[in-house]
Amino acid sequence: MDGSVHTEDTWSVAGRIFRSRLIIGTGKYKDYAQNAAAAEAAGAEIVTVALRRVNLSDPSQPMLVDHVKPDRFTFLPNTAGCFTGEDAVRTLRLAREAGGWDLVKLEVLSNTKHLLPDMEETLRALKLLIADGFQVMVYCSDDPVYAKKLEDAGAAAIMPAGAPIGSGRGIQNLLNLGLIVEQSSVPVLVDAGVGTASDAVLAMELGCDAVLMNTAIAEARDPIRMAVAMKHAVIAGREAFLAGRMPRRMYGDPSSPTAGLI
Amino acid sequence: MNLTVNGELRDFPPLADLAALVATLGLDGRKVAIERNLEIVPRSAYGKTRLSDGDRIEIVHFIGGG
Repeated sequence: MDGSVHTEDTWSVAGRIFRSRLIIGTGKYKDYAQNAAAAEAAGAEIVTVALRRVNLSDPSQPMLVDHVKPDRFTFLPNTAGCFTGEDAVRTLRLAREAGGWDLVKLEVLSNTKHLLPDMEETLRALKLLIADGFQVMVYCSDDPVYAKKLEDAGAAAIMPAGAPIGSGRGIQNLLNLGLIVEQSSVPVLVDAGVGTASDAVLAMELGCDAVLMNTAIAEARDPIRMAVAMKHAVIAGREAFLAGRMPRRMYGDPSSPTAGLI
Repeated sequence: MNLTVNGELRDFPPLADLAALVATLGLDGRKVAIERNLEIVPRSAYGKTRLSDGDRIEIVHFIGGG
């Protein structure tokens, strides 16, 4: 064995194939240049983006697409800030016109404090978007029951929050996340809540297809270095999942032979 | 002519079409998406989309987000 990965380990969503299992956000960075450097360091192939009004008072402001280039990364437009299905559809129709992409991230929030999703409205919005021809990756609560409803409605991927967006609290309900992974036949991604590398490892060890994060990298003291850490964490967790962990034992089990002792 | 652009009522000289508005605002039409009165205008149609007094225009683009 030379230590290399022998078969290419890819995942796919909505018919698109990706090698990187780390999706990163493009918010909260010092500037777009740092953002682009972090995306490269993370080895990301997909980045999430938001859609907002152009600042008409200063049209010469730096633009995201000039730094994080759409020919280098798959843009995943989000519906951040939307609280109804209609808002989400309007936003993503504009995103589709701006970029021509039909692969989108739906998030319909319930509350501006904890930012947890309104699942009833999320499910309604999902149905509206699918009827409009979108391929929808859905940010959701870590509730296996709602996750199944999303899948049955045609979600392209299920993306439960590990913890509230930007909280950095890690995965709060590993049991629920495991149930979602087990029951889903579309990709499952932890989206939100990752704080450091071990959180990403846990998600991947559990069998998630990928991890989506923003603040954990953008608000690290050294975002580029954290992007590298997250890249390795996702690979490590994935490889451990594929390798299959040893059984847990109640007691110690010596690694050196007990026979032939002098 | 009066147009509400991104929620702000503004007075413009007479503009023939949406392409003229984009140029007047100093924007790169390839990097934005536009709604006129809540209807998306395809980029290819900016040059043939006439503007009327009182139109409500939304001009958006991609920014950083999670």
